[in-house]
Amino acid sequence: MEEQTTYWQENLRLIFTCLVIWFVVSFGFGLLLVEPLNEIRLGGYKLGFWFAQQGSIYTFVALIFWYTVKMNKLDKKYHVEES
Amino acid sequence: MDELKLYTYIAVFGSFGLYFAIAWWARASSTSDFYVAGGGVTPIQNGMAIGADWMSAASFISMAGLIAFLGYGGSVFLMGWTGGYVLLAMLLAPYMRKHGKFTVPEFISDRYYSKGARIVAVLCLIIASLTYIIGQMKGVGVAFSRFLEVEYDMGLYIGMFVVWVYAVLGGMKGITYTQIAQYCVLIFAYTIPAVFISLQLTGNPIPQIGLGSTLADGSGVYLLDKLDMVVTDLGFKEYTTDNLGGTLNMFAYTMSLMIGTAGLPHVIMRFFTVPTVQAARSSAGYALVFIALLYTVAPAVGAMARFNLMNTIVPSAGDNLVYNERPQWFKDWEKTGLLQYEDKNGDGKIQYVADKETNEMVKVDRDIMVLANPAIANLPNWVIALVAAGGLAAALSTAAGLLLAISSSISHDLMKGVLTPNLSDKNELLAGRIVMTLAILVSGYLGLNPPGFAAGTVALAFGLAASSIFPALMMGIFAKKMSGTAAVAGMCSGIGVTMLYVFQHKGIMFIPGTSFLGDMGPNWFLGISPNAFGVVGALVNFAVAFAVCKVTGPAPQHIQDMVDNFRVPHGAGAAHDH
Repeated sequence: MEEQTTYWQENLRLIFTCLVIWFVVSFGFGLLLVEPLNEIRLGGYKLGFWFAQQGSIYTFVALIFWYTVKMNKLDKKYHVEES
Repeated sequence: MDELKLYTYIAVFGSFGLYFAIAWWARASSTSDFYVAGGGVTPIQNGMAIGADWMSAASFISMAGLIAFLGYGGSVFLMGWTGGYVLLAMLLAPYMRKHGKFTVPEFISDRYYSKGARIVAVLCLIIASLTYIIGQMKGVGVAFSRFLEVEYDMGLYIGMFVVWVYAVLGGMKGITYTQIAQYCVLIFAYTIPAVFISLQLTGNPIPQIGLGSTLADGSGVYLLDKLDMVVTDLGFKEYTTDNLGGTLNMFAYTMSLMIGTAGLPHVIMRFFTVPTVQAARSSAGYALVFIALLYTVAPAVGAMARFNLMNTIVPSAGDNLVYNERPQWFKDWEKTGLLQYEDKNGDGKIQYVADKETNEMVKVDRDIMVLANPAIANLPNWVIALVAAGGLAAALSTAAGLLLAISSSISHDLMKGVLTPNLSDKNELLAGRIVMTLAILVSGYLGLNPPGFAAGTVALAFGLAASSIFPALMMGIFAKKMSGTAAVAGMCSGIGVTMLYVFQHKGIMFIPGTSFLGDMGPNWFLGISPNAFGVVGALVNFAVAFAVCKVTGPAPQHIQDMVDNFRVPHGAGAAHDH
């Protein structure tokens, strides 16, 4: 039971980290900071515009796979993986 | 029969034949097959099926058109409809898969130990799904009438028949495998024209890179810079910075679409079809990969379509297109009434400017952009035929997923769960098929006689999912002590606030003239548009639920133990009935 509680705590920390990144790339870079970032160029893209229409989506995909890999390790560490 | 029509017939009926063959091969023989495809779908297969299920006629046909005319403001749809999968993968899918039931209302009824909660969830689900289906059915009718030149009604009947065959026969199993085929059809249909157009305009075949590249005309000017210049010269807002009703509204809109996506039952129930909890996590990742393929191409399709449209009408400043020399696609779409020209100054040329007084393109329907795009760019006929098959695949696959969500919530949650608990597996399967047939008839009827409020209700579907289902599920997993009474109070107040706001600005049941505050920006609460209000409803839901829980006390111990159990993957079996 003790182990399960720490497993859950570690999961919550990981989710928190992921959601911070999720928030920063979309709401942060794509919306709130879009104007200063638009001063920077990525080829023909203004950077803020790029995050809003491209970059945030790529980050979302990477985040889910990163979370999946981390959780699979965590499952093994606490011996709660499926048999 | 001309060449285009022949190609279109081959593409459309060829793809239908494929769907029938798959349905026959993967027909369902048990309730487990029918609801969760026997729990044997791999994460990659499930990801593709979710992609096809998710990407509706709206994603395929409307989204790029919206982006074309909203520019940067269109980002709310791109981020909102993809960011929700991050929430699904981390906050909902693995735990709900571990709990291992067939439907979303069933999870809610177990977690909140109440039939009342189940009925509330079923109602939200049916309203959200039915309103969505109307849009799909309309999409099918429009695609048929434009591309095959049959009557809208006839197109709708053919579409209903096709869905009926493979959804009723195959249930979740048949639908899943058909959706994999439909995903392939729709993604090819979407990206091939985009690759051609990107190559034409920028010399780069990858649309995502082409959009950030210089034009191929040797000027060395970036496509987006040129587009900004062209539209601002005509008085429109700058493409790359035009924001949608201010930062706060865009923020709320994006968040509402994200949590609405994560709360839509027809998406969540896909995660019950995979064999393990780990597979549920990675399914969400694969689903987003397959969705992102279309969603990162869409901004390029939108911007390039706008660019081509502008260039066709105003090839260079001051030198406008003469109406009598307009291209064939212009005439075709004029016939549908979706494109309209009015020669206000009588010079026979087309003035296309932002100023409503002098603008002569009196109607440019956003929905025609994707369908007209290949013709505007002079692409070969087989590409146009492919787009027709792709649009139909997008509409049919989403309709099938929604029909399954409706039939499972009625036959499994209402009949088996509440009204007739002694229903045998065989009879439940029969009931599921009968309910699905009825649901197809109802949605077909609504497609033939679309209620005036159809367009507005899609926003309502997201608002409902965001303000009721998502918070209830999330608290069910992360707030162990959350009690049933508190959750039901939260759901009802979340929906209540959202519906009240939508109705007061859009009219009660969307009937014009009954809105008591008017659909006016200045009357909006903090400038948030009704479509973006789901997130406020969700906040109200959370606040009310926690307050009521504080007063009425925590959930009983056996429920808290159940929550502890589904928080860990260990010991999950296949999704089961009881």
